[in-house]
Amino acid sequence: MNASPNASSRQLTQTLDLGEIGLRDVNRRLRELAPGSNETAWTITNPMGQHAIACGLDSALSVDIAGHVGFYCAGMNQEAEVTVHGHAGVGVAENMMSGTVRVKGNASQSAGATGHGGLLVIEGDASSRCGISMKGIDIVVGGSVGHMSGFMAQLGHLVICGDAGEALGDSIYEARLYVRGKVESLGADCIEKEMTPDHLHTLTDLLTRAGMDADPADFRRYGSARTLYHFDIDNASAY
Amino acid sequence: MCGIVGLYLKNEALYPELGKLFQPMLIEMTSRGPDSAGVALYRDPVGDGETKFSLAHDSRRHDWQALADELAGALGARTRIEQRDTHAILVTDAEEETVKRWLSGRDDGTRLIGSGRSIEIYKETGLPKDVYERFDLAKAAGRHMIGHTRMATESAVTSAGSHPFATGADLCLVHNGSLSNHNRLREELKRKGVTFGSQNDSEVAAAYLTWKLRNGVSLKRAMEDALDDLDGFFTFCVGTADGFAVVRDPIACKHAVLAETDDWVAMATEFRAIASLPGADTARIWEPRPATVYSWGDEGMDIETVDHLPATVVPASARAAAGGLH
Repeated sequence: MNASPNASSRQLTQTLDLGEIGLRDVNRRLRELAPGSNETAWTITNPMGQHAIACGLDSALSVDIAGHVGFYCAGMNQEAEVTVHGHAGVGVAENMMSGTVRVKGNASQSAGATGHGGLLVIEGDASSRCGISMKGIDIVVGGSVGHMSGFMAQLGHLVICGDAGEALGDSIYEARLYVRGKVESLGADCIEKEMTPDHLHTLTDLLTRAGMDADPADFRRYGSARTLYHFDIDNASAY
Repeated sequence: MCGIVGLYLKNEALYPELGKLFQPMLIEMTSRGPDSAGVALYRDPVGDGETKFSLAHDSRRHDWQALADELAGALGARTRIEQRDTHAILVTDAEEETVKRWLSGRDDGTRLIGSGRSIEIYKETGLPKDVYERFDLAKAAGRHMIGHTRMATESAVTSAGSHPFATGADLCLVHNGSLSNHNRLREELKRKGVTFGSQNDSEVAAAYLTWKLRNGVSLKRAMEDALDDLDGFFTFCVGTADGFAVVRDPIACKHAVLAETDDWVAMATEFRAIASLPGADTARIWEPRPATVYSWGDEGMDIETVDHLPATVVPASARAAAGGLH
């Protein structure tokens, strides 16, 4: 197929031209690598906003996407390190299991939705419903997030270096939210919580891993008041 | 589903390329709306005292010249008309509302789908690619254009149910989403003297804006009021004589993305529709915030239009009730 070694990089980087070979061949090529293959560095050119680019990767590849991507980029990722050099559409790193996904630009709605593990870094802003129903993923956003972010978030960390939109953490379970800027409003059952040294330690580690230049001391922590998810007859009308 | 696209050129050197740049944008949204497609194009503004009407008919063999001659005779006006497939662009110096009344009094299947000084609306059933070719839009020159690809949900797949819908002089609306209170709102607007050409929910949104503008509300305010009065999911793009404006409902489930370079501003349901534009690789890209009106070429956004409308269009009772629908 259309893979050409790029001799100038230290490691051999293979290039896949999506415009030429199409989405299915790009994804098949990345999925069919034999276990232990040394072809671990890949660049995808001409993404043209197409959907589901680099979806379902399951080995420790390093994939650079040279441009803007459409919906569900790097969904279900396991182990791979995917970098989007541009904007990411709806549902980037949706249901990620492990590995790292980094978006150099902004991201649309539902970034990291239902993610189980791994690290999602969005260097710009994320739109609404960032981290919706997250189940263990860590998400670090360099800018701000839109409304309903962290909705029904179950586990993991959502770090927001900018501001958060309306109804942050609505109906949240056990995910932990850290916000440096202002929160427009908190959703149902989401409250500000104490930042202990343990929390600061975790936050510092996340910011470092994400490469964010932000002082952990500037953040506030939010989480569940735990009044909604244990049945309480007084809350019957709220369920 | 449905796809909407808008392109506003900031660089005058690109004006001759408008139709060519817009073509792949609309076609890329085919998978979101293969049923029908339409565009509003702003070009060749007519002279002082003239109005341009976009007309459509089910038949390609409709005798447009006869219609123009008849109109000229009946109203003692000068007319010129140019047929494009099932549509025709009529330019006349007759008074706009008189022409509208004259057209609505005829029973020959002619549909009035837009009017103003520079707007031209073309819309038909079929694949966006074919619709674009039928109206020879690739050759279109101008500053801005908006378009729609339709996957029908709320009403029949017909030319009349296609977008854009006219909302006033040089104004039109394309809609992605579905409205849940359109039946009740349609009845309310009918009582206020607004007429409808289809059962389409988006036409109700267009009629709502039309009615608001006729009651002297600025376009910006009308779009903000729509956030309160329209129930459902929507991303709207409104074409104006000078540019276009975008608004999304407060929940913002319906996708939308904006992109800007030194040469152009584009909006689309999905970025892939924008990816073909020159310089899209390095464009600034972001998602429009919910319940926020964005506009480009917005000279007219704050103008209140009531003075330009003859009393015959809106019954006095409707004017008095302007506060009813809010």
